[in-house]
Amino acid sequence: MTTTIPKDDIAVGAATPARRASMRLGNRNLIVAGLVVVAFIVPLFVTSFVTFQLTEVLIYGLAILGLNLLTGFNGQFSLGHSAFYGIGAYTAAILIHNYEVSYLWTLPAAGVVCFVIGFLFGLPALRLQNLYLALATFALATAMPQILKFHALEGWTGGVQGLVVDQPEAPSFLPISDDQWLYYFTLIVVLVMFLCAESLIHSRTGRAIMAIRDNPIAAAAMGINNSLYKTLTFGMSALYTGIAGALGALAIAYVAPDSFTIFLSISLLVGLIIGGNGSIPGCLFGGLFVLYVPNIANALSTGLAGAIYGVILLLVIFVMPAGAAGFVRLATARLSRRQA
Amino acid sequence: MELLLQQVMAGLANGAIYACMALAIVMIFQAIDHLNFAQGEMAMFATFIAWQLMQWGLPYWGAFVISVALSFVAGVLIDRVLFRPVQKAPILSQLVAFIALFSILNSSAGQIWDYTIKSFPTPFGHHPLFGGTLIDTHEAGMIGVTALLLALLYVFFRGTRLGLAMRAAAANPESARLVGIRVGWMTALGWGMAAAIGTVAGILVAPVVFLEPNMMLGVLLYGFAGAVLGGLSSPGGAVLGGFAVGVMENLAGTFIPYVGQELKLTLALVMITVVLMFRPSGLFGRSVVSRV
Repeated sequence: MTTTIPKDDIAVGAATPARRASMRLGNRNLIVAGLVVVAFIVPLFVTSFVTFQLTEVLIYGLAILGLNLLTGFNGQFSLGHSAFYGIGAYTAAILIHNYEVSYLWTLPAAGVVCFVIGFLFGLPALRLQNLYLALATFALATAMPQILKFHALEGWTGGVQGLVVDQPEAPSFLPISDDQWLYYFTLIVVLVMFLCAESLIHSRTGRAIMAIRDNPIAAAAMGINNSLYKTLTFGMSALYTGIAGALGALAIAYVAPDSFTIFLSISLLVGLIIGGNGSIPGCLFGGLFVLYVPNIANALSTGLAGAIYGVILLLVIFVMPAGAAGFVRLATARLSRRQA
Repeated sequence: MELLLQQVMAGLANGAIYACMALAIVMIFQAIDHLNFAQGEMAMFATFIAWQLMQWGLPYWGAFVISVALSFVAGVLIDRVLFRPVQKAPILSQLVAFIALFSILNSSAGQIWDYTIKSFPTPFGHHPLFGGTLIDTHEAGMIGVTALLLALLYVFFRGTRLGLAMRAAAANPESARLVGIRVGWMTALGWGMAAAIGTVAGILVAPVVFLEPNMMLGVLLYGFAGAVLGGLSSPGGAVLGGFAVGVMENLAGTFIPYVGQELKLTLALVMITVVLMFRPSGLFGRSVVSRV
């Protein structure tokens, strides 16, 4: 398990540690605020297709954040997050298509459904050690498309055909297109979810979650209820990925069983590893990667996206084991050392 | 009764394939303590090579032997080039390496041979065996080849010095190293053999599931189910487990309406989860005790 190095360990310089830390914190907030402002004005300058792609980046980033809560902070593996993404997407689609619920309500519904399913699947699965959990979730991801096609559920899920979802329309008082509205809606949801994740990780609960990752026995000795926290983290992780799935269904306006195969899980895992295991901002970088790299790969040669993913994965674990976030951390450490 | 017997026999035939996959999984698990998620894709790729060789005019058994030999070499290379360097890396990195291999093989096979479903020949034909309706010749051939393979492996592991050395390297690497066994090469050999066994399974099952890049996903899942049921630390158990899940799959498919036919993979998921919950070491495996 990669443990994140506290930033203060890297600081070497003339300023007092406290001052440097506050400066760095200030810098960081400034950068984040700047990025958020950029994120808000970008759609005004790009085509609606790029806006749509950026929406997808945000959605993948959110799904990867869900996986990261589980893998990066709690140290458990899942190859089954495509299933939770799919369940979230289908929850939204079924609510809109069959029950004509407003799209705003589909997100909390998808979150709750995925939390419950994740929690229930977590109950037996979390008694399993690393590899066995990977195996059980691998089986879940492989079985999911078949469950969605199952003909007894066809009345709900639309079977092999899938479901068409009405795309949300921009409120009439705002002078923006539907694509832009979808982007802003997604952006706000994602920002709120990222803030929640950030504060969760820095809370007492977050420390318990990380303690279990670093040393389960010591954590138990400190009075942490390991299995409860692990199951809750699994549910929470499923909730994040499920909400991402619901947003995905709204954005693409269509769900079909074969969109949620094991290869989606592999994409999310790629995003996690590339963005940096255990880094919250890294998730968005992972989202960028997951969306754009297959496009580039397709430009090189159609159909080889999977192979290029694989090669990149191997390169990353051989060359850049801590992902992009680790790489940035290392680079800033080098740079600040040079300045000092 | 006739239907039941028929389904049991068909289940045993499928089970032979699952047994091969389970055995391949267990061999790699024994050598490096990891589940090979790419086992199915390795077998699929080798099966495509066999198909390609036959398209070029080689006879069935020629293509069979060449692709099994090639996958043995490929297995050894994968271990030496890919997995040896990450041997000491965190478990996540190793898992990622397997997933990467899975993705590379699946996508390249799709790229080279495209995703259309191809039929694959069988040397045994599809006639009823001995004029009865119980089992056809290809099913009998699957069981026969698997039995032969298992017998050969048994003789190899029980009767030869190399087999003994491989068992020693898996059971206790440090002591094995002290008595002069080259543990790294034994691991590589295990990889090669697992790849070769997987290829045999792939070639045998291809006439049934048809040749396409995702053909082994279901087989792999049942292979995992068999390995987990029998116990990941017991090769013999894995083989029995493979046969058992094959029979269960077919009986469920026949006698449970809807569920068995359409939800075969879910059935494997349920089997895996149930076994892992109630008896994580499997029926014949040792339970792992770790020192704190």
